[in-house]
Amino acid sequence: MGEVSFVDVSKRFSLRVDGELHHVQALERVSFTVNNGEIVALIGPSGCGKTTALRVAMGLDAATGGRVTVDGREVEGCGYDRGMVFQHAELLPWLSARENVMFGLEMKGVRGAHLRDAADKYLELVGLGSSGNRRPHQLSGGMKQRVGIARALAIDPSVLLMDEPFGALDAQTRESLQAELLDIHARTGKTILFVTHDLDEAVLIADRIVVMKNGAVQEIMKVPLSRPRPDLGLVRGMPEFVETRYKVWKTLHEDTVH
Amino acid sequence: MADIADKHTVTSEQAAPAERRPLPRWVITTISICVALGLWEISGRNINPIFGSYPSAIAVAFWELLKSGELVSALSTSLQPFIAGYGLAILLGVPLGLVVGRFRTAEASLGIYITAGYAMPLVALVPLLMLWLGLGFAVKVAVVFLMSLFPIVINTWLGVVAVPKTLIEVGKSFVASDVVILRRIILPATLPYIMAGIRLAVGRAVVGMVIAEFFTTISGLGAVIINSANNFDTATMFVPIIVLMVMAIGLNSLIGVVERWVAPWQAEIAGRDRE
Repeated sequence: MGEVSFVDVSKRFSLRVDGELHHVQALERVSFTVNNGEIVALIGPSGCGKTTALRVAMGLDAATGGRVTVDGREVEGCGYDRGMVFQHAELLPWLSARENVMFGLEMKGVRGAHLRDAADKYLELVGLGSSGNRRPHQLSGGMKQRVGIARALAIDPSVLLMDEPFGALDAQTRESLQAELLDIHARTGKTILFVTHDLDEAVLIADRIVVMKNGAVQEIMKVPLSRPRPDLGLVRGMPEFVETRYKVWKTLHEDTVH
Repeated sequence: MADIADKHTVTSEQAAPAERRPLPRWVITTISICVALGLWEISGRNINPIFGSYPSAIAVAFWELLKSGELVSALSTSLQPFIAGYGLAILLGVPLGLVVGRFRTAEASLGIYITAGYAMPLVALVPLLMLWLGLGFAVKVAVVFLMSLFPIVINTWLGVVAVPKTLIEVGKSFVASDVVILRRIILPATLPYIMAGIRLAVGRAVVGMVIAEFFTTISGLGAVIINSANNFDTATMFVPIIVLMVMAIGLNSLIGVVERWVAPWQAEIAGRDRE
């Protein structure tokens, strides 16, 4: 289970600039589907609405038109069928890594001895089995985001929603986390919808890439790379990678040339 | 020396150059107090003892007040309304600040009273409070309470407003209720602000306590101040004033200890290194 459908999703913002009311069409009839177990990347220039689309799917923002469904159920606010990974991990600084993972579980109603075990299990899954007692400020950026992923996975959602999860990390950490995400995906089979502005990342990780521009879906591209992709360094050298990367790049730059 | 250091660059981290260790804070504070007391002692001795006093004379007066038991009984009389009023201000001020900061209806309807209440000239209202509450314990508690309530509420309120929106969204994304978000995210995120408000309120609570003792039944440390001032015994008058200031300093550091205990992450995140 874990199918996300965007059906004609629109979102209008109103904001006041220098006393004048402006309407911003953040999303314009966005439609696409993320199939069960699939990884889809939302890519586009800043302000294209990709993060807004993710927030609408999470239920943090409400659409002004259309609807998002998860396994056929319409999204109305947040729910345990979706797990959110935030851009800067957003761990609660007063809780240890383990307690941060436990937080989501507690909200879901998990109690008792099982709570701690479940949290440790997911910390183990993201490779932080021995760092459960550390506070966020004692973790590196990459480790923080691993905790963020563990926290989202722990509630066992059918879909993982990720908002530029590796955007703030240095290149090396990003690469190892990308490989790790694919590994986690291989082991859990979760449906993943993630937002990125990194072309390489989109092609390396995703099965399909949704290119967005000015709040609308520009193009949906399939990545012709098979799974599993155990060695991302090797993938980078494959002609399919290079071709797809170029195709996405061209789509992104088509209009801006004029 | 330079040659040796160059040859051992690899281990130079262990054998750090003999850097001048900065003086510990308490040493600087002690020196500062000694200098201030010394200057006061020298200059104070040349002043007519009615118009001023000096540390050694105040120390003698302190000893006499202590010996007669007057100081201890005055202090305990003063502390009772102080603790009641200040404690009540914390108990009510923190939740009030949380609610006003969190809910826009509460902010829009109550915010102006809190801002105005902070600036309220409470001394002018003491006669009215006396009409309502009499001259005894209750009115003193009320004055201390009203003096210390507002800085606590305002600081808590500001703290809630400063909580990063994304932390609240973390709660929302795990379907936490408003109450749970308030208790498990906003309250801990606001704790450093709350503690700052509680600290600021100490000074105001002490002032409130003395005002109450001056204007209602003259009692406690306030009575010692007034009686000795009326007898032109300036040295004795200074004793309760200094006792109160020392008490405020003590309370402040006690609150600092409590802060490090309830919000240890704050000191770890914020750099405490200063030049």
